[in-house]
Formats: sequence, structure tokens, C-alpha cells
Amino acid sequence: MNPNNCLDFEKPIAELEAMLKELQHLSTEQDLNISDEIARLEAKSKALTESIFATLTPWQISQIARHPLRPYTLDYLERIFTDFQELHGDRTFADDHAIVGGLARLNGRPVLIIGHQKGRDTKEKIYRNFGMPRPEGYRKALRLMKLAERFRLPVLTFIDTPGAYPGIGAEERGQSEAIARNLFEMSRLRTPVIGVVIGEGGSGGALAVGVCDRVLMLQYGTYSVISPEGCAAILWKSADKAPDAAEAMGLTADRLLKLNLIDGIIPEPPGGAHRDIVLTAENVRIALRENLQSLDVLPVDALLEQRYQRLMAYGVFKEAAPVTSLQSTWQSSVAALLRKD
Amino acid sequence: MSWYEKLVPSRIRTDGRNKHQIPEGLWSKCEKCDAVLYRVELERNLQVCPKCSHHMPLGARQRLRSFLDPEGLTEIGEDIEPADFLKFKDSKKYKDRLTQAQKSSEEKDALIALRGSLKGMPVVAAAFEFEFMGGSMGSVVGERFVRAAQTALHEHIPFICFCASGGARMQEALVSLMQMAKTSAVLTRLAENGVPYLSVLTHPTTGGVSASLAMLGDVNIAEPKALIGFAGPRVIEQTVREKLPDGFQRSEFLLEHGAIDMIVDRRELRDRLANLLAMLTGRDAPLPFE
Repeated sequence: MNPNNCLDFEKPIAELEAMLKELQHLSTEQDLNISDEIARLEAKSKALTESIFATLTPWQISQIARHPLRPYTLDYLERIFTDFQELHGDRTFADDHAIVGGLARLNGRPVLIIGHQKGRDTKEKIYRNFGMPRPEGYRKALRLMKLAERFRLPVLTFIDTPGAYPGIGAEERGQSEAIARNLFEMSRLRTPVIGVVIGEGGSGGALAVGVCDRVLMLQYGTYSVISPEGCAAILWKSADKAPDAAEAMGLTADRLLKLNLIDGIIPEPPGGAHRDIVLTAENVRIALRENLQSLDVLPVDALLEQRYQRLMAYGVFKEAAPVTSLQSTWQSSVAALLRKD
Repeated sequence: MSWYEKLVPSRIRTDGRNKHQIPEGLWSKCEKCDAVLYRVELERNLQVCPKCSHHMPLGARQRLRSFLDPEGLTEIGEDIEPADFLKFKDSKKYKDRLTQAQKSSEEKDALIALRGSLKGMPVVAAAFEFEFMGGSMGSVVGERFVRAAQTALHEHIPFICFCASGGARMQEALVSLMQMAKTSAVLTRLAENGVPYLSVLTHPTTGGVSASLAMLGDVNIAEPKALIGFAGPRVIEQTVREKLPDGFQRSEFLLEHGAIDMIVDRRELRDRLANLLAMLTGRDAPLPFE
């Protein structure tokens, strides 16, 4: 791990690994037998990683979710799928590089893939607009989803965005309508849809490709209504309170699973997805295949009804009984939620 | 005390404060043209300045009362109340914010839905109460919207929603984001069953509400000069680091860019919407004035 590219709480691990690397280098160059020492350090590094990652705060997890080394959609695509052919453009205005999409095969089976894409270096970051789509990105995504529907291909989406782009052009071209239209159409798309939050699930910009039959999250992904910084700036009047906001919003995978907002968590290796992309990609592939199989057995009308009922069940509130009874009853979702806790 | 008052002997001095006593709240001022307006008249004019036509905020109940026929109103989802299921606390507890908002607005949450009629045509109408936590959409708003839409669906009568909202309610975190999907999904059922849905965008309609139910009307209608957009102007300014053009994200801008069908003065909404709905449902034209 490059120390320049690591987070504060990763530093002890990075230092230990640097030491380890030096030792390994020494042992090969000078033919020293220090394999015991190396093994000891390796064990120590592993234990340290595990202990640090066992007690991550929601704020630390938010940082891992947007780690500079975190794998992005295209990193997963090349490892999970074969025959990927990218399809471009919304047919109306432009091709948005913050969203990629196309046809590919998952274990030989044709599927349609849509995902946010971030850039690695400065030039690529700008090209990908930091993974923040404009309306044409969402319209491209919708066009591809309709294509999948016509040819009865499942849709798999990879979610990883700080949010929809807040720019002048984006507003002129109807950012709101583009997102709203996707929510509307995805809720009745006549083909299975599975979404995986691989990094940051940022607000409406994430949900616009996230109305699914199954929503999965990588272990250190986040999904929230607003970024911790944005929430802190509005509610605490100070962006410095982002760690508090991250805590309060419960944007981590385990909290969201408890709230019944996601269906499953895909495990990451110790130290996060960026420490072992191959293993993480394999975990994602297995999860996608399993979930797809469970959706395959449903006739499309049953699938749509299930998706609709699931959407209608979102929400936690109290409902007072009719005036005749004084005792207030809680809506079933609240009861289910409490039982789960 | 002025020098003149000091000269006047105290026994003949009058207390200035009692001299020009005006009952409080009888007059108000137009924030746009500074005209002094008689409040009763302003209310009769639906909070639209009679001098410059500036549209001031209108509470949800007052809006629905003025829009619908006075008789035969029933409320939908009034028993649903918000819950602080995350025990959310920022500088204040969500629970306390709710209590405060309920007290000051006299509403349980930020959306009011009524079954009633518009010039004799049965309809369901909902309105956001901006005074309640900025009209933010949480679980209760989502559920009431859905129940209102379902009532319209089951009775096969038009559904109208008046939006005024800053967006999703942060204190309900991801659950509030999901209300965008929930409210959009129920509208597919209306569309598939030929039940008209009219969306009226009023000042302001932004964030998660604009990016879901607000933009999905069969006809999108805006009041004049309302702020409508996905991102707020401040966020955009900070992102693009340039001054935003005049009139950016106002109704007229949206009309120009093809996002809405029409801009209608609040005082004409009743007539215009009744007319639209009559055509969409194949009825005779309603009388312009009852």
C-alpha cells in the first residue's frame, strides 16, 4: 500500500507493510535467512488489519467507501464478466462518462450492466466528472434498461457516486426529471434488476439506478440520503461535524440491513476491497449469480408485484388506531424492525 | 426621548406607545414591492400581492380549502404520525424538532391529503406544508402521498399534488430517500390505469421531491417565479464557482427549457385545472365561475 494513498487509520498497517517489504527485499538480495522474522511480521500485519477493521466507525467506513484505491465499476466488470461491450449515449444529447453501460456475460449468461464510473487520476477524474452523472447519464441508463427489457436480459447496476451533478447545464436539461423518470420506469421494468453498492451510494444520484428487486452492498460501502459533509453543513452548520453526521445517519451496510433497506452484504477482505480486488470481485460474482437465480424462478408479473410491494413498504411511522380505541398501534414495518433489533 | 418631549412637563406628557395602537397582524407588507396590504384582502387574494402579483407562501390547508369545493371533504392518512426510529440527533433531537414543528404548524407532518371535489368533479388533492420542517419528505409524507394516490386509483378520480419542499428529510436518512422511489412507483399505477395526475410546483420545490413525484405529472404546472430544481442554487454556485444567471431555476426558466407545461397564476389554478381535468376525463367544460 502506497503511504501517500492511505487513510489515517490505515497508516500503522502501511508502515508495517513497508517494513515487511524492506525485509523481503533484504532477504532476497543479501540471501539472509530471516523468514521467521518475515512470517512474524506478516502475522502481525494481518492481526493489526483485522483489529483496526473490526472497530471501524461509520465515518471511517465512509472514507473507505471513497478510498482513492477503491475498485470502481470497470475494475469489477473485467473480473466478473466476459464479452463486455460498452454501449454509449442517450440518443438525445450526449454520452455521459460518469455512467457506463453495456452488454456482457455473467457465467455465460447475457446480462445488461449499468454503473457509475469514477476516475483514478486527475485527468480521468475530470473525464468521469468524479462519478457525478448529468441528466444524459440517467437517460442513457434508462435507454439501456429498456433495451434489456425488450430482450429479456437481467439488469445489474453498480452504484458508486457522490450524487447527481449539481451544475447549470444539468439543471437546464432537467436533472430532476431524469432521476424521477428512472425511479418511475425502474419500478415497473419487466426484467429482474439487481443493484450493488460498491462504494458511495450518494442520494438521488444513486437511487436513479437503484430501484431494484435486490439491493446488495459491499461490506464497506455506504448508502445515504446526503453525504455526511452535506448533512453536517445543513444540520450542524459545520462540515467538520461530518463524523457525527455519518454516525447519526446510519449509512453503513449493517445498519441498513437491520432497517430492511438492503437485502444482503457482500464481504470484503480484511483491509477493504482495494487490498484484494480479485477476491472482492469473486464475492460480488457469487452474490450476483445467487440472487439472479432466486429471481429467475419468479414469473415476471410476480416479480413486478413483489418489487412494487417492497417499494410500498418503505417507511417507518406510527399509526393511531381509529378514534374508538385509545391505544395507538404501530405499523407492521415498525414492529418488524423492532423484532429484528 | 426627544428634546421636545423632555421640555414637556411630565403631567401633560402622553405615552407615545399607546397613541397609535394598531391591532397586530391587520396589515402586512409585500416582500417584493413593499406595498402595505390589508391582511384580510391578502388572504382573500390567496396570498398573492394585488399590486405586483408576487406569490407569497400559502399554507397547505388554506391552499386545499381554496382549491377544492367547500363541501364533502375527508382527510386521507390523518392518523399517520412520524416516528424517530433512528433516534436521530444533530444539534437538536429529531423528536424535539418534530414536536416543535407540530406545535407551530398545527399539523402532524408535512403533507395534507384530502378527498373532495373540484367544481363538482370528485378529486383527491394533496399539498405540502412548507412550515413543517421545510416541507421535507419522510415516511409520513411518502405514506400519505401513496394513500392519496391509491384513493384516486380505486375511485378512478384525478389526483393533484401541490409541492413545496426542500427535499428529503435528513433525519430519516435512507428511509427518506426511499420515499422518492415509493411515491414514483405508485404513480405508475395511476398512469397505467388512466387516472390523471397533475403536479403543481410552488415555491420552492427542490431536492428529492423535485426528483420524484413533482416532475412526474401528466401535466406539470408551476406558479410564477417559483424556485424549482434538483440542487439548490447555493450548492451549484459552490460547485461551478460562477455566478448563476438571472432567473436560474425559476418557473419561467423551466418553461423555457421544456421541464414544465405551463405557468399559472395561483388565482386561476382552480379554473385552469378543472378545465384540464375535464378534458382529460372526457367531461363537459366546467363553468368558469360558480
